[in-house]
Amino acid sequence: MPSLQSEFIGIRSPNPFWLASAPPTDKEYNVCRAFEAGWGGVVWKTLGLDPHIVNVSGPRYGAVWGADRWLLGMNNIELITDRPLDVNLREIKRVKREFPDRAVVVSLMVPCEEAPWKEILPKVEDTGADGVELNFGCPHGMSERGMGSAVGQVPDYIEMVTGWVKANTKLPVIVKLTPNITDIRYPARAAHAGGADAVSLINTVSSITGVDLDTFSPEPSIDGKGSHGGYCGPAVKPIALNMVAEIARDEETGDLPISGIGGISTWRDAAEFIALGAANVQVCTAAMVYGFRIIGELTSGLEQWMREKGINSIEGFRGRAVANVTDWQYLNLNYVTKAQIDQDLCIKCGRCFAACEDTSHQAIVIGEGRRFEVIDEECVACNLCVNVCPVENCITMRRLEVGETDTRTGVTVDGSSRNWTQHPNNVAACG
Amino acid sequence: MTNSTSTPGVVGGRLPKSEFEKRFSSELRPPLTVQEAAVAADRCYFCHDAPCVTGCPTGIDIPMFIRQISSGMPEAAARTIFDSNILGGSCARVCPTEVLCEQVCVREPSGGGPVEIGRLQRFATDRLMEQPAHPYDRATATGRSIAIVGAGPAGLACAHRLAMKGHEVVILEARRKGGGLNEYGIAPYKVVEDFAAREINWLLGIGGIRLEKDVDPVDAAGLEQLREEFDAVFIGVGLNGVNHFALDGGNLGNVVNAVDFIADIRQSDDLAEIPVGRDVVVIGGGMTAIDAAVQCRLLGGLNVTILYRRSRDEMGASVHEQAIAAALGVNFVTDARLIRILGGGAAESIEYEVTERAGKDRIGSGQIYTLKADLVLSAIGQRLQDAPDRLALKNGRIKVSGNGRTSLSGVWAGGDCVAGGQDITVAAVAQGRDAAEDMHAALSRPAEESGR
Repeated sequence: MPSLQSEFIGIRSPNPFWLASAPPTDKEYNVCRAFEAGWGGVVWKTLGLDPHIVNVSGPRYGAVWGADRWLLGMNNIELITDRPLDVNLREIKRVKREFPDRAVVVSLMVPCEEAPWKEILPKVEDTGADGVELNFGCPHGMSERGMGSAVGQVPDYIEMVTGWVKANTKLPVIVKLTPNITDIRYPARAAHAGGADAVSLINTVSSITGVDLDTFSPEPSIDGKGSHGGYCGPAVKPIALNMVAEIARDEETGDLPISGIGGISTWRDAAEFIALGAANVQVCTAAMVYGFRIIGELTSGLEQWMREKGINSIEGFRGRAVANVTDWQYLNLNYVTKAQIDQDLCIKCGRCFAACEDTSHQAIVIGEGRRFEVIDEECVACNLCVNVCPVENCITMRRLEVGETDTRTGVTVDGSSRNWTQHPNNVAACG
Repeated sequence: MTNSTSTPGVVGGRLPKSEFEKRFSSELRPPLTVQEAAVAADRCYFCHDAPCVTGCPTGIDIPMFIRQISSGMPEAAARTIFDSNILGGSCARVCPTEVLCEQVCVREPSGGGPVEIGRLQRFATDRLMEQPAHPYDRATATGRSIAIVGAGPAGLACAHRLAMKGHEVVILEARRKGGGLNEYGIAPYKVVEDFAAREINWLLGIGGIRLEKDVDPVDAAGLEQLREEFDAVFIGVGLNGVNHFALDGGNLGNVVNAVDFIADIRQSDDLAEIPVGRDVVVIGGGMTAIDAAVQCRLLGGLNVTILYRRSRDEMGASVHEQAIAAALGVNFVTDARLIRILGGGAAESIEYEVTERAGKDRIGSGQIYTLKADLVLSAIGQRLQDAPDRLALKNGRIKVSGNGRTSLSGVWAGGDCVAGGQDITVAAVAQGRDAAEDMHAALSRPAEESGR
């Protein structure tokens, strides 16, 4: 029986699923319900100094929908907690006492000076919380006041503030990173250099979810005007996966524990983050869309998959995909595949044809009775037909065996491997 | 009224009044809500060279109109539909989509049933038809005028296309209302709330079309006169005659043709007054037979049986229509030949013989049964009657070539009255529209080359 037991920078939780710092973790009532539902931990919604901030009284969220109002992405312009500091601290203390086996980490955001950090950290320690997460990620509102992503976008500030925090608390420190930068490795290295015990990522992506074409106001609209919000949900997962992988495979930060965040909606998403190096995961949007009950699917799914794979613990597969993430220049250019269409599964919609004919390589032909077939001589194996085909596994990419000739290039597959650094067309390659 | 479903004989009022209202206001294909339409539309794969378009006799660009619904523009979707089929509203309701566009939908083999093209078409057309303005403009007046005989789907489609091209059109309709089978021949569970009449009003909104009703049928002399008076003539009179039983008892009381029976229901203001038998036998296997049988059940007929000489598979009615009838409790007796109708004065029962296959033919098996029948409805086909005698016919219908050209120059025809048709609304619309295009082309050519 696999165990989902998690230990992240010394913080234990019965499973690796934490609720991210966000509205679901803003108060005792919600967090207790989450723990009763089975969540392994929470990162309490970001605390700041009094007087507490105020939120807009209009819409805080915008969304992007797919068919049947399936929520693909959401953005928010909500700020950090808008409740007094002592109210939050009292509730955190009570919750931790009531649920000692769950992880309770407190997210913090105070001005970029040492004094406020010195002031708030002891108060958090006093609650019995397991750790702190520094919110250097929030891209809206707070960033205009020199906090949140305004810190996260300057590696020097990250290192400096992390250093202050480490100097003023014994609690483990997680630095939450913003994706609104050009290269995620720099802020991660800065956090590491500042002494962070871990990083968590990604925070939300700066976004406008839409424009009202009657009022010409961006969404969400506050009295006819909009401000960019932070984008989250399933749509941001690919961005988050890449950033997690970049940190996991970086020489300087490869051993820095990662808490993976970004569009995690199912056990499978979580497993992918862990395979790319995350030691645990944080969830928000999926819980906001479906409620806390999804934890049942997350834990049972991950456990079943681990059992099927013969994996006994989270550590047993953490980072297993990291070594397979590489630079483009190291990809094997001698690896040749061709699209092939399973005629029994084909429903003859012709989407592969339209895509290939109009936008790719004219490598699919329509035969008698709408029989769609691949012309190997033209197929560059781009995979577009696979991606647009509505039937899973109807079109697959077949690897050419050793001895087979690629009729497009005339080159026979010999089983050797050659990447760009070894390619004759690469003038920079030295043989 | 004290009648009930078990009252013997042919009587009205078998149900409480509220029950009639309930049964006859519900539609076979109820409209989609906005959310339902979004979900239904999203199932469309926007196929390349889509099979559904090929499956539509009017060739509506179905993937395009569904995509327009998906993007929140049902009115634009309706334009796409009406560009090909100006009676898209009717067709959305009455088309046997299960054997046309939806039958060939690629979703069918992949599971979950086809995209609901008919209902989506209704969603779009309803929205544009609600708008106060007619969506089409007329071209500059050509000074040409065209007579159309028959205000059924073929004639209306022809008229609208001609009006669009700038011609003046006069439609001559023998009945009290236009619409043809959409008004008189299709059972009310497919078209509610007087849709056929509303659709004609909307269609005439383009202008340039005069609809004259209650006119005398056009005979040979009448046709000659129309050829003299107008630049072209289109004939879309449908099948105005019905086949009758040529057997013992065929003239008894309560032996009624199903087409008239349905027309009476469609034109009735009080369904409680429509008499229906307790034991009804409908003879035939087409859509009219199904419609008639279903209406009898809805009116409170207790035992309603369809008697058909061949097998279920060979019925003209689609499997879907048969299933509707079966679900409403209609019995099917197939592979059975009607021998005679028995009764003194009025029908009381029928006698039939079970048939067996003998090669392509069928022969009697000698097994003869009697079935109670106080109402016998014949739905054994319709035919063209009293066609102007100078028109060449083929298989009893008007012979046409190309886009509806008859044997007489300047005279086109389309719809059920022409040979080789499919006998469905949508095919009639296509023929009317295509004839209009051909007439327009002919009238636009210099005189010596034109069809006249």
